[in-house]
Amino acid sequence: MSLFDLRLTDLHNKLAHREVSVSELVEHSLNRIHRTDEQIGAFLTLNQEGAQEGAIALDKQLGNGEERGLLFGLPAGLKDNMVTQGLRTTCASKFLENYIPVHDATVVKRLRTAQSVTIGKLNMDEFAMGGSNENSAYHPVRNPWDLTRVPGGSSGGSAAAVAAGQVYFALGSDTGGSIRQPAAYCGVVGLKPTYGLVSRFGLVAFASSLDQIGPISKNVEDAAYVLQAIAGHDEMDSTSANVNIPDYTSALTGDVRGLRIGVPKEYLGQGINPNVKEHVLEALKVFEAMGAVWEEVSLPHTDYAVSAYYLLASSEASSNLARFDGVRYGVRAGDPANLMDLYRRSRSEGFGDEVKRRIMLGTYALSSGYYDAYYKKAQQVRTLIKRDFDQVFEKYDLIIGPTAPTTAFRLGEQVDDPLTMYLNDILTIPVSLAGVPAISVPCGFAEGLPVGLQIIGKPFDETTVLRAAYAYESQTDHHTRRPALS
Amino acid sequence: MGITVKDVEHVANLARLDLSEQETEQFTGQLNAILQYADKLNELETTGVEPTSHVLPLFNVMRDDEVHVSLSIEEVLANAPEEEDGQFKVPAVFE
Repeated sequence: MSLFDLRLTDLHNKLAHREVSVSELVEHSLNRIHRTDEQIGAFLTLNQEGAQEGAIALDKQLGNGEERGLLFGLPAGLKDNMVTQGLRTTCASKFLENYIPVHDATVVKRLRTAQSVTIGKLNMDEFAMGGSNENSAYHPVRNPWDLTRVPGGSSGGSAAAVAAGQVYFALGSDTGGSIRQPAAYCGVVGLKPTYGLVSRFGLVAFASSLDQIGPISKNVEDAAYVLQAIAGHDEMDSTSANVNIPDYTSALTGDVRGLRIGVPKEYLGQGINPNVKEHVLEALKVFEAMGAVWEEVSLPHTDYAVSAYYLLASSEASSNLARFDGVRYGVRAGDPANLMDLYRRSRSEGFGDEVKRRIMLGTYALSSGYYDAYYKKAQQVRTLIKRDFDQVFEKYDLIIGPTAPTTAFRLGEQVDDPLTMYLNDILTIPVSLAGVPAISVPCGFAEGLPVGLQIIGKPFDETTVLRAAYAYESQTDHHTRRPALS
Repeated sequence: MGITVKDVEHVANLARLDLSEQETEQFTGQLNAILQYADKLNELETTGVEPTSHVLPLFNVMRDDEVHVSLSIEEVLANAPEEEDGQFKVPAVFE
């Protein structure tokens, strides 16, 4: 068994008993990256020296017998939209090609408090806009299970790096499915917490009412530990929720007897690949065998979620991305004729196609004469979608369905058709609009490609989500399979 | 056809984007397809439905007005494309 197959708690114990050093773990990670990343393309910036120096300091601490942080010595990767002091942060955009942040995101600070080691910054769709990672301005990411296929997005680098064994866990961000969908495509675990549970301070904003940071890991237990380290109120984020953070690991009991599960008929209907559907139904049998009960339910406004989402997220993005003007940071266009020319050319040269498309869509939806018809209408539909979830959660503890309608598609297959690309998120977007937590866990393989099961919970009830996910995982071995990489 | 080339040019101006002729044409087609799909929302009756801008019951979050340590001028200017005398430098706004 390789080091990489161990759970984070096993590694923690091995470190404590001096069976392995932090430096060895970091070298193991770096070697794996050097060996595999030419094929995968998960990394945009490697923190090699920083990680090695950090490892030496932690090994010294280990020698002194000092108390260890929750994620002590564990090599992690960060999606490149979380700012890291002194370490380049690009959001996979040419605009931020040279951007070296002067401060750390709150999640980065919390990982430091937990004493994990940052190995580097992970590739993504530019400014987190996309579902295939093909919108990175640098290079696409390839799915470790099949290098001709996409890893999903926008946290494609995070999911691929974990699947390929390059890092022990990663952080991603999810606006309409950007943690869960790539986790499903890459056969790993991805958790989007309740909106507001994890601080967004230092996360480069895409759609502020939806963005949420969460863990991507090899198994549910690891996700629980990482969530424990990053969750909690932060006064630097005014939308951060002031709630008590439970001990998530206490949810890992394996007991789901009596748990009531609603399965939305809209999530297993038209457009869902039959193989995906079959694996989800198999998973429901596993829950049944463990003593949970499931019934068909309805989330009647599911079909409207993608429309509402693209109007709302693009509107928020058009406003958030106004800050990229070439004045204070980022790449400025050469020889501007005047200030307006500086703004316009810096933005036009710095942003890729999809980013421009969404800025255009959002600007249009917010512009005079269209605000009520598009933006306000979408906000009202958001209310209806949220009510769908509220109603089901009156009777059920969890909602379960697929994470994505299909398995990973081929690179280039959908790149010219934005609307088709948007529909890959049809099962993750409603959850984002409702702001509730959801996890994607591996639930099998269809033609050699991973399928993800989505387990959705009530607001701030990550505990039940993790409990169910852990119980399911303990009865199956899909999460233990690894892609064959040379 | 909902959105015209002229609309796209107007919106690009609002968004401070310079689009090539080819981009303008491409975006006109794509935005029309997306907005046509979004018209689906009009199937729903939403009179009297409160809009949701945000899922948390949070309103104005206030903090005490206290002096804190902030970034130094050097740090603030560290990523500036151009700077002079401790300030961001841009082309003249007035001739």
